[in-house]
Amino acid sequence: MTDNIIEVRDLVKHFPVRVGVLFKHTVGHVRAVDGVSFDLRRGETLGVVGESGCGKSTLAQVLMRLEPPTGGSATFEGRDMFAMKGAELRKLRRDIQIVLQDPYTSLNPRMTVGDIVGEPFEIHPEVAPKGSRAKKVRDLLDVVGLNPEHINRYPHQFSGGQRQRIGIARALALRPKVIVCDEPVSALDVSIQAQVMNLLGDLQTEFGLSYVFIAHDLSVVRHLSDRVAVMYLGKIVEIGTEQEIYEHPTHPYTQALLSAVPVPDPELRGQRKVIRLEGDVPSPVDPPSGCRFRTRCWKAQDICAEEEPALITRVAAHPSACHFAEEKSVVP
Amino acid sequence: MPTNTAQSTVDSEGAGPDPAAPLLEVDDLYVEFRTRDGVAKVLNGVSYRVEAGETLAVLGESGSGKSVTAQTVMGILDMPPGHITGGAIRFHGENLLAATDRRRREVRGSGIAMIFQDALSALNPVFTVGFQIEEQLRIRRGMSRKDARKRAVELLDLVKIPNAKGRVRQYPHEFSGGMRQRAMIAMSLALDPEMLIADEPTTALDVTVQAQIMDLLKEIQVERNMGLILITHDLGVVAEVADRIAVMYAGRIVEQSDARSLYRKPGHPYTLALLDSLPRLDLKGAELNTIKGLPPSLLNVPPGCPFHPRCPRVEDVCKTDVPPQHRLMPGRLSACHFAEELIAGD
Repeated sequence: MTDNIIEVRDLVKHFPVRVGVLFKHTVGHVRAVDGVSFDLRRGETLGVVGESGCGKSTLAQVLMRLEPPTGGSATFEGRDMFAMKGAELRKLRRDIQIVLQDPYTSLNPRMTVGDIVGEPFEIHPEVAPKGSRAKKVRDLLDVVGLNPEHINRYPHQFSGGQRQRIGIARALALRPKVIVCDEPVSALDVSIQAQVMNLLGDLQTEFGLSYVFIAHDLSVVRHLSDRVAVMYLGKIVEIGTEQEIYEHPTHPYTQALLSAVPVPDPELRGQRKVIRLEGDVPSPVDPPSGCRFRTRCWKAQDICAEEEPALITRVAAHPSACHFAEEKSVVP
Repeated sequence: MPTNTAQSTVDSEGAGPDPAAPLLEVDDLYVEFRTRDGVAKVLNGVSYRVEAGETLAVLGESGSGKSVTAQTVMGILDMPPGHITGGAIRFHGENLLAATDRRRREVRGSGIAMIFQDALSALNPVFTVGFQIEEQLRIRRGMSRKDARKRAVELLDLVKIPNAKGRVRQYPHEFSGGMRQRAMIAMSLALDPEMLIADEPTTALDVTVQAQIMDLLKEIQVERNMGLILITHDLGVVAEVADRIAVMYAGRIVEQSDARSLYRKPGHPYTLALLDSLPRLDLKGAELNTIKGLPPSLLNVPPGCPFHPRCPRVEDVCKTDVPPQHRLMPGRLSACHFAEELIAGD
């Protein structure tokens, strides 16, 4: 019996490309997210990886209801997320929170830490009555490993890692069920990155949170995720458990992506077989026909240009969107 | 290919250069930034050397001084607030810090060239990519516009930009991230430098593009027998390309070693902690080891070993005495009082 907290089906988000000054007209669409389906189970971490421009962050924004979807549906605890209004929507906004990438721009420099972390209570006063807010904020700072005495300091008085902790405290304030983490550690130094990753792991256990963990660093994603979705040009090309994706990838893109990650061990230099992809990701305004990866794929045949491969179970136990899916171990 | 003739362009002139000296030697360099808030000691006795054909990776977190060292070598440090308070930078034995501005300009570009992390802001948006490559050739080499254009196309070809003839007329914004980084590499190679400093060349790029760019750099380096300083915080990239590694912390080199020995047995607790805190693609662990605390403020570097407030094996001596560079074996240095024990232990 699986308990899905979020179910996403055929989610589409297109942004119009408009030209002209006075008489604007639409000349095309950026197909940022183009038919994505997945489930997020209660208490799990779903990692989403892919190169820049593949639609990871747009997916996050649509899930947060910051952007209306162009098509498709999503349910939160069985109820249609995109149809919610009024009180129900306010409740949804409590339940799904986000941690952003850049801790330098995502905090208002003119607000104290107490104001930043306490601001969600202004909008959702039912969570914490006025008198108890200061104490709640202190507790939150303590939970994320900051000194509660620093409640009156400003963001510039903190380092990058500490600021990311402030962002996490703010996301935790309303006791959400899901936190969308959009590249939460990519702006941090290695030694600080580990601290924040451990914190995210601890909080998940403590509060029973579900994470959608978006990152481009495959090592970071492996460390935190239970399941992983690999995105390419607005589509999920392969999805499975962390072990399935990292140990038994079947999609050529996943294999190329994994093999390109440098492994911090000079002994393996020259022994690993690295799949070199040519060129860059094509423009999402005009994606290739059929399989979107075919222009960079070494396995491409005629059928790849004609027929779009569906994300279904093929050779392995997990779904893969490739006509010629085959298992290949690329991680040493 | 005019690559082989390039070797002699710089050292043929002036009395300074010595052919027997190492290609580049940074010797006990001290730099401080005098700011309103006080004096930040950014570099505190940094020494390293790079030979032709060798790759030195300078590894460190933000604020460790790795980029400031490179900027001082290039002579592009902002002064003020920067002040060089001691040390020497020798290129073929000639001290660049004592050289005239004119001589420094000669070395910059044709002796030592540099590429930067963010190619979009390093390139000028209002000139074509071709023009920016040609500019140096026309001014420094006295080439005609036509010859310079021809050479620019050759250079873009060399860095594997498809359709170089058409691309040379385009502006930086028409290039993708990876292409821009290639264009910047082409630009840095225009005057056939003997030494290339790459400051976080792939940090802004995706892994698949990062692999392409690192391959390209390696290939060019081998072909031209260039010295390469790779500044990065990515322990994975370092493991794949570096011959030698210098680990920086709070304006000091805390460990210097060949790549294999360093990863096999780190000679400094900071290096060890860095390696332990890294999530690995090939291993899934439950909890990452972390380094407690934060790097020190350079306005107020702790006395003794700068790493002692965060070090798991700190002793009293660490809090008072700055550890000297211990020579652990030929080519291996560690600035830790207990370096020998670290290497010998378990």
